Amino acid sequence: MIADSLTQELEHRGISRRDFLGFCASMAAVLGLPDTAIHAIAAAVESEQKPILIWLEFQDCAGNTESFLRASHPTVADLILDLISLNYHETLMAAAGSQAEQVLAQTVHDNAGKYIVLVEGSIPTGADGAYCTIGGKSALQIARDVCGGAAATIAVGTCAAFGGIPAARPNPTGALSVADAVPGVKNLINMSACPANAENITALIVYYLTLKRWPPLDQYRRPLFAYGKSIHDNCERRAHFDAGQYVEAWGDEAHRHGHCLYKMGCKGPATSQNCPVVKWNEGTNWPIGCGHPCIGCAEPNFWDTMTPFYGRLPNVVGFDVGKWIDPVGLGLTGLVAAAAALHGVGEVVRHRFGKTSSTEGEAESE
Amino acid sequence: MAHVVVDPVTRIEGHLRVEAEVDGGAVKEAWSSSTMFRGIELILRGRDPRDAWVFAQRICGVCTTVHAIASIRAVEKAIGAVPPPNARLLRNLIMAAQSVQDHVVHFYHLHALDWVDIVSALDADPAKTSSLAQSLSDWPLSSTTYFSGVRDRIKTFVQRGQLGPFANAYWGHPAYRLPPAANLLAVAHYLEALDWQRRFIKIHAILGGKNPHLQSFLVGGMATPVDPDSQNSLNIDTIAALDKLVADGLAFVSRVYLPDVLAIASYYKDWASIGAGIGNYMAYGDYPEDDSENPQLFLPTGVIHGRDLTKIGMVDQARITEQVAHSWYDYSVGNDKGLNPFKGETTPHYTGPKPPYERLEVAQKYSWLKSPRYDGAAMEVGPLARMLVAYASGRPARVKELVDKALSTLGVGPEALFSTLGRIAARAIEAQVLVESMDKWVRGLADNMARRDYRIQDNSKWEPSSWPSDCFGAGFHEAPRGALGHWVHISNGSIVNYQCVVPSTWNAGPRDAEGQPGPYEVALVGTPVAKPEQPLEILRTVHSFDPCMACGVHVVDASKRELARVRVM
Repeated sequence: MIADSLTQELEHRGISRRDFLGFCASMAAVLGLPDTAIHAIAAAVESEQKPILIWLEFQDCAGNTESFLRASHPTVADLILDLISLNYHETLMAAAGSQAEQVLAQTVHDNAGKYIVLVEGSIPTGADGAYCTIGGKSALQIARDVCGGAAATIAVGTCAAFGGIPAARPNPTGALSVADAVPGVKNLINMSACPANAENITALIVYYLTLKRWPPLDQYRRPLFAYGKSIHDNCERRAHFDAGQYVEAWGDEAHRHGHCLYKMGCKGPATSQNCPVVKWNEGTNWPIGCGHPCIGCAEPNFWDTMTPFYGRLPNVVGFDVGKWIDPVGLGLTGLVAAAAALHGVGEVVRHRFGKTSSTEGEAESE
Repeated sequence: MAHVVVDPVTRIEGHLRVEAEVDGGAVKEAWSSSTMFRGIELILRGRDPRDAWVFAQRICGVCTTVHAIASIRAVEKAIGAVPPPNARLLRNLIMAAQSVQDHVVHFYHLHALDWVDIVSALDADPAKTSSLAQSLSDWPLSSTTYFSGVRDRIKTFVQRGQLGPFANAYWGHPAYRLPPAANLLAVAHYLEALDWQRRFIKIHAILGGKNPHLQSFLVGGMATPVDPDSQNSLNIDTIAALDKLVADGLAFVSRVYLPDVLAIASYYKDWASIGAGIGNYMAYGDYPEDDSENPQLFLPTGVIHGRDLTKIGMVDQARITEQVAHSWYDYSVGNDKGLNPFKGETTPHYTGPKPPYERLEVAQKYSWLKSPRYDGAAMEVGPLARMLVAYASGRPARVKELVDKALSTLGVGPEALFSTLGRIAARAIEAQVLVESMDKWVRGLADNMARRDYRIQDNSKWEPSSWPSDCFGAGFHEAPRGALGHWVHISNGSIVNYQCVVPSTWNAGPRDAEGQPGPYEVALVGTPVAKPEQPLEILRTVHSFDPCMACGVHVVDASKRELARVRVM
């Protein structure tokens, strides 16, 4: 056994303990954890046995894999070399064919009940499973065998979480989400979005390493830390929505000055994700930031319920309030009332579009 | 005679299976099969054509821009929308960034481990790696201390006993030939490239909101406003950020990627006569340089038959057909016929063995890929096809310059291009040519800002009421993996028929009705296999094509209507 291996490794790479704690602090910030959690994160990632991950790809486009490669804190090199043991991942692993399949079988056998599975892509049920086979086995059989023995299963991306594009109308291959294809799987967490944001994937892993439990989930089994608020609630253009300032045509003055994209089809009011907060590619930008409406990609069945993408979302509370304020004018009382009415618009909308009966879930702790 | 099955072929996008008969230490016959099918084109039917790019984009998350580009071009042709100059420049930048990033990731993260033995790197003398690195380029991360740190990091990783994605591979295989010092150099650059790709692709985040699956395309232009006087638009800050990212990209490609490819190739020169393949090459050409109806393309179009570089034919989409004799589909006109994509039909009909299975029935149907043909002939598409067409056409001149330089560095003739190694070198040369070209498109954007041209979109064709009630269009693009085409039929504002013919379908498709094999299948014949139970060499030739299987499998509409009016880019 190698004592203090992580610290040594970091020092070899010119990373001081201070830098390392800085990384832990940024993870804590993504997760909304108190400062005291920083040392707990540090201790967790320094433990000797690296947690074992298996990444399965079924009816996928590898977009979530690519997103994972964009992870910045920690980077994918840090993850693979130092923090986790990524035993199986078709896109990245060196071995192929039977050598690759041996690794999968061995990992599942030797670590029953201990490994974590990430699933990317939906699982087809048509044609006896022949719409997706790996090593001659159907995706459904592999999912049952591997997810069945996992400590937890993380459905990465909307295809694995909710069926996604293969399951969109008319669903030619009978594609299902992990939840529907492998019912009863233990500690299932859905990291939806198309693709899932790299920072959320790494945040989930670090959450588990740090707190030794899985995060509380919303009604679609998505972690609250990433899906607990709507795009609209946190949108940098929200003030323009409230003020009734909308883009009317692509490239018009309102568009150039960052006004609200609601009239151009933005699905932000009906979509729960932390895009406006963490953004993408190390916080560089996000779709609304570059002038395109949100397409609602983190929501179940968004390919059918959020299309046409450029069609205006109906019944959003607060729409055109600003236009109404300006010409009419309001006394102080009226403004306060309007502000109170607008507060929590996102919450109202979210419940309108979400299932109202289900309760928020929480995965079991291991 | 050994029957070798490689399934899954890893380090690719998607699900690919290769079966091969190996005899006397070499592949005698090979079959390429794609084992996943989604049916995105069927899902597109009845949708708003302005949404099509968002759906089509999800065909692939690796080459995440390419189906969006082909889709918007097809729909624009159909409805007559004309994107303004800023949109052309933004698209060129996005496409070039995609190809450059994709080529680097392919070489280091998907392909290098076929040539580089990580375990051997542990025995390297960092001082030797340092002098090797400094002999190749002036890249600053080249000190003995640096390589010592990389070696120690890998050593620590190995000593911890959990090899993760590097477990059970082919380390120590006799086909590995790099000395330990070169292996260590490649491992260091594998790690550097992982960091580099994440930074370089911020070009996509700036111009597309995010990567993967950028979200700034529009039928008729781009959604990214341009205005130097606004903080919410592409502005001078954007120009400065792009300049920096492009310069960093150029530095990595010219000082790390291209030199590494040539250095590694110098140890494997025998692979310049292995994996030659079909010998026919096709490129649609791309990167429009002006805004006319038939713009000059930075990378030219052309067809090459039988490795004859003296005759470059023009591409005519009407000569493209797809066949299903060995694909799990039925044609109403008979499974021995070929259909042009505009008349294409797809009725999925799986007739293979019920999973779990050991062997495919290769004499029958054996793949979810169709067999595209041009004038009845199989065609290789991709960076090699593009560089050969450019080399033979003499433009851009930089291609000939770089190809000749690479050939002389390796001491081989132009015939070496038709090989496994030729594909790898062509990809690196293309990355260099494209990353060099990005600056002029950034300058173009800045020039437009200077003359107050902020147009990004043809709004005159946004509303479906402005479209013909019935229209057709085809859109073409040179994706990182090769020639890509989308065909669309729109009626009364919604999609009636949508089809894609994709690079990996061209390259990885099965045999056709005449028994003529696809490019992978031909290229594998003659590939040496030292240990059939460890088919490393098969991976080398297959990976040299950069397979992208999710792209390759597609379903088209069963509509059999004759087409009245066709617009082609």
